[in-house]
Amino acid sequence: MNWRIFLETMPEGDATWWQMLASGLGWTLACAATAWIIALAAGTSIGIARTGTSRAASRVAATYVELFRNIPLIIQFFLWYFVLPELCPPLKRWVVQADPAAVQFLAATLCLGLFTSARIAEQVRAGIESLGRGQRQAARAMGLNEAQCYRHVLLPVTFRVIMPPLTSELMNLVKNTAVAYSIGLAELFFRTREMGEITFRYFEAFAAATLAYMVIALAANRAMRFIERRIAVPGVAGTARSAH
Amino acid sequence: MSMISLEAVSKWYDSFKVLDACTTAIERGEVVVICGPSGSGKSTLIKCINALEPFQQGTILVDGISVGDPQTNLARLRARVGMVFQHFELFPHLSVLANLNLAQVKVLGRTRDVASERSLALLDRVGLRDQAAKFPAQLSGGQQQRVAIARALSMDPIAMLFDEPTSALDPEMIVEVLDVMSTLAQEGMTMLCVTHEMGFARRVANRVIFMDHGTIVEDVAKDAFFDDPSARTARAQTFLSKILQH
Repeated sequence: MNWRIFLETMPEGDATWWQMLASGLGWTLACAATAWIIALAAGTSIGIARTGTSRAASRVAATYVELFRNIPLIIQFFLWYFVLPELCPPLKRWVVQADPAAVQFLAATLCLGLFTSARIAEQVRAGIESLGRGQRQAARAMGLNEAQCYRHVLLPVTFRVIMPPLTSELMNLVKNTAVAYSIGLAELFFRTREMGEITFRYFEAFAAATLAYMVIALAANRAMRFIERRIAVPGVAGTARSAH
Repeated sequence: MSMISLEAVSKWYDSFKVLDACTTAIERGEVVVICGPSGSGKSTLIKCINALEPFQQGTILVDGISVGDPQTNLARLRARVGMVFQHFELFPHLSVLANLNLAQVKVLGRTRDVASERSLALLDRVGLRDQAAKFPAQLSGGQQQRVAIARALSMDPIAMLFDEPTSALDPEMIVEVLDVMSTLAQEGMTMLCVTHEMGFARRVANRVIFMDHGTIVEDVAKDAFFDDPSARTARAQTFLSKILQH
């Protein structure tokens, strides 16, 4: 084993291997963070549509969930990056002249964001349904309209209830960014493979990457636990243990 | 004009008829108790009055406004009719005070200060002013239901609907909730209560409605209901003798 390999420069250019891995880590973090925002926004909207009074919206939302949940993630990456531009000539024209890294990043965040949103939508739906009809009826009986009912009554409780599965979802998302190597995004896994192939130091490269993924996932987990405790209220399932 | 009037109201769940041509009227300041076996349509009937449940036939007027009319602003109508549920349905993530303030601020447009003042006065009335900062889960069932009554009153309703307000409570807590309801009745609030508390009905109600299989079987003055067994239908008499044995 030769841990000093990280301090050696790459064959071309003057960056050291640890700097290459760090740049990959930067893409991984940026990709996960952006996709998480997309996933939360879209997932919440779809979850609301799934449980709202409009039957048409509920059916559209159910189709959305099935669509993104039933196709393997790696195929979704290929669909976004290779197939979608072929179906849309103006998009294709933009893709061929744009910075490839920007196109890869855009495709990866949309792909991961929407894939994760379908799963979050199901958690939001299950969370809202777990509250029963009484909370909704009580809110409506006070004169709140449907939007106010979701904003002030159903969602604040739902998000407290679903914090544990939401935490798993964030950790999955961080780890799923590695699949973006398949469309060429120079994220951590992409750089790790590259380093292994050029230096034959696979063990060192993957040891470093494994450690980095574990640290990010653990940090995400701790951050969510911190939020979970901060918003805890007595008597709401999912937060009861940490309430005081 | 009656405060609440129902004219031949019928409702179906698919092909099952849950309400069958129900007709009655509740006058201003009147206290009416609805009783009857479970599944007889009592809760459904009062949920139709503030449009929490839709109905397919007939007319319901609340203070002259038609509930079934698609033109009616249901949110505004509901804001004027207080409702108390069997399982309290306080909002668990909000403090007691915030539970009372929410709709005052969001629906009536009161400022937080004005709303809080009104809320604290009402909490005082139900004897819970010192619990204002607590969360619902930190209160007993009886306290939670008193908060729920105060929350409904915070909208200054023209009438109050109670859907089995004591049936999820331990016996010792039933009394404190019934006391609040009795005071409210004495102050002249128009009240429609689904309840099996026959002692409360005897003390406080003006009228008793007995329902069975979705129909209003009896709709008579309280004294006639309790003191004149010979005038009771057999169905109501059987029901009464069963629940009064305990």
